[in-house]
Amino acid sequence: MNAPATDLALLRSDTFRKERQDEWERLEELLTRMEKGRLRRLSDADVLAMPALYRTAASSLAVARETSLDAATIAYLEALVQRAWFQVYGPRIGLWRWLRDFLGGGWPARLRQMWLDICIAFAVMFAGTLVGWLLCAGDDNWFYRLVPAGMAGGRGPDASPQLLSESLFGGGEETEGLSLFATSLFSNNAGVSILAFALGFAFGIPTLLLLLYNTALLGAMLWLFFRADLGWDFIAWLSVHGTTELTAIMLAGAAGLHIGRTMAFPGNRAIMAAAKSAGVRAAVVMVGVVIMMSLAAVLEGYVRQLVTDTATRFVIGGSIGALWLAYFVGAGRGLTAKSGRAGDTP
Amino acid sequence: MTPLVPDAGAVRTVVTPEGLPMKLALASRGARFGALVLDLTIMAVTVLAVFLLALWAANGAANLERSLEGLAIVVILFLFFFKNGYFAFFELGPRGATPGKRAVGIRVADRSGGRLSAEAVIARNLLREVEIFIPVIWLLTSDWGSLVSWLGLLWFGIFSFFLFFNRDRMRAGDIIAGTWVVERPRSELGDLLSASEGARGRSASTGATYRFGEEELSVYGEHELQVLERVLREDRPDAIEQVAQTIAAKIGWDAGSGDERAFLEAFYAQLRARLERGMQFGNRKKDKFS
Repeated sequence: MNAPATDLALLRSDTFRKERQDEWERLEELLTRMEKGRLRRLSDADVLAMPALYRTAASSLAVARETSLDAATIAYLEALVQRAWFQVYGPRIGLWRWLRDFLGGGWPARLRQMWLDICIAFAVMFAGTLVGWLLCAGDDNWFYRLVPAGMAGGRGPDASPQLLSESLFGGGEETEGLSLFATSLFSNNAGVSILAFALGFAFGIPTLLLLLYNTALLGAMLWLFFRADLGWDFIAWLSVHGTTELTAIMLAGAAGLHIGRTMAFPGNRAIMAAAKSAGVRAAVVMVGVVIMMSLAAVLEGYVRQLVTDTATRFVIGGSIGALWLAYFVGAGRGLTAKSGRAGDTP
Repeated sequence: MTPLVPDAGAVRTVVTPEGLPMKLALASRGARFGALVLDLTIMAVTVLAVFLLALWAANGAANLERSLEGLAIVVILFLFFFKNGYFAFFELGPRGATPGKRAVGIRVADRSGGRLSAEAVIARNLLREVEIFIPVIWLLTSDWGSLVSWLGLLWFGIFSFFLFFNRDRMRAGDIIAGTWVVERPRSELGDLLSASEGARGRSASTGATYRFGEEELSVYGEHELQVLERVLREDRPDAIEQVAQTIAAKIGWDAGSGDERAFLEAFYAQLRARLERGMQFGNRKKDKFS
């Protein structure tokens, strides 16, 4: 070979480019429309063609890297394939549809994967309540240490049974500011549960402390009302929103614990991979917790104040609790194998 | 055109499910900060607008006290869901980025090269509550210098510095969700350089023909070819003249002046043909030293 024989003939890499350029440009045009959020204006044929066009472009890129020295073409293909990859492997589901699938079974399915953490959170909360009770039973002063003055609102070991009784049944005249009260409660409680979850980062220990403290407070209140012979009335009063709120707190704690436990004991996976699968699963559970918290706030703000009869309160609280249990145990059974593992992959 | 390789230290290779190694450029911390500031500004302005709108609506109502209560409820609820939904809503949409991220040209991607799941997006954004909102609210609602304000500052600092303590520039939310933030690529297909008249060896202006022999072409490699490509695409007369002179001197030609572009186009096309032929046989010449 003396003189290169390419005087008039195109380079092989140029022929390659010319043959495929139309396909690349079709893909680019599709991508531009998708990126602008005009998904609805895409025909079904276009949407179906997308993955195939992506794979063609990807293989073009692989070939070009091996055979072409046209830097501009390679750079173009690199960017094009990346844009297509974002679309093909992006979250193609909007927030609303995700929420629908989630409530339709994805959430209970995930919860059941964390059963151990839920058991631990429950045990810790039970222990916290017991400790709160026993501390107060041993020494009245513990009540003041456990329950912040603002929250006790005059309810304390020195309060008359009458005052305690009023705090349970005297909701009538307070209905004025109720909805505002409920909303700020919700915002506050949801914040606390997100905190319990997020503290799971530090290997779950702060989460456990938070659960322990909050339930010790509950134990102290229980002790107080039982001492005044109002124990069951207090439980009924609490159950209206408590079956929802306490369950939500337990699930938030379990979610935090799940992250912490997985990071402390990643098993034979890399710690990053373990943190990822546990973190995603726990975070998704938290979306449900926030929803529960908003329901609890409505129950606490309206229903509990409007229904003042102990038996009715028990019926309302109990049946809501039973509904949650049935939902968590039963819903989304068929999905467990499929979507329940989505957080683990890829 | 954007530079082909933005910042060598920030390029990561992931393998797509098809087995194709793909280079992603990590977004700079400055771009991410800018995007965050933009998003927070948009959020603040929206909340303020909703508040004013609700206030205006409440003002017309007969029972002012009751409607003010309603106003507070609307604002609290809106704030809560907006704060926790804004980022996820946009990152789950077809654009895959919040308005702030779009403006600076970055987006979220899965670290393993696989599908970015909706769960991952929700997880990474739920962590914002802890990373930003809680400490900032502590800071704003406590007196300066109090224990709470210091705690808030420390807290905020720890999470902000997360970005600097790992080489992949992940914040806590990214670690939990298995994501990272990368630059959004732009693509424009440049002209076919090797198909111009000049590239075929014939100068359009003078009619002269440039033909180079094996030996003359063997002095350069792929690196020089790409430099040459860039010079031709940028098309600055002074650079073209200078490069033409350098090449002519190197291969012992006296090309004269006035026809440098045609000379370079011809040299580019023939050098590329030679190097690509070599690639087919498995010999790559990386640069002039190899």
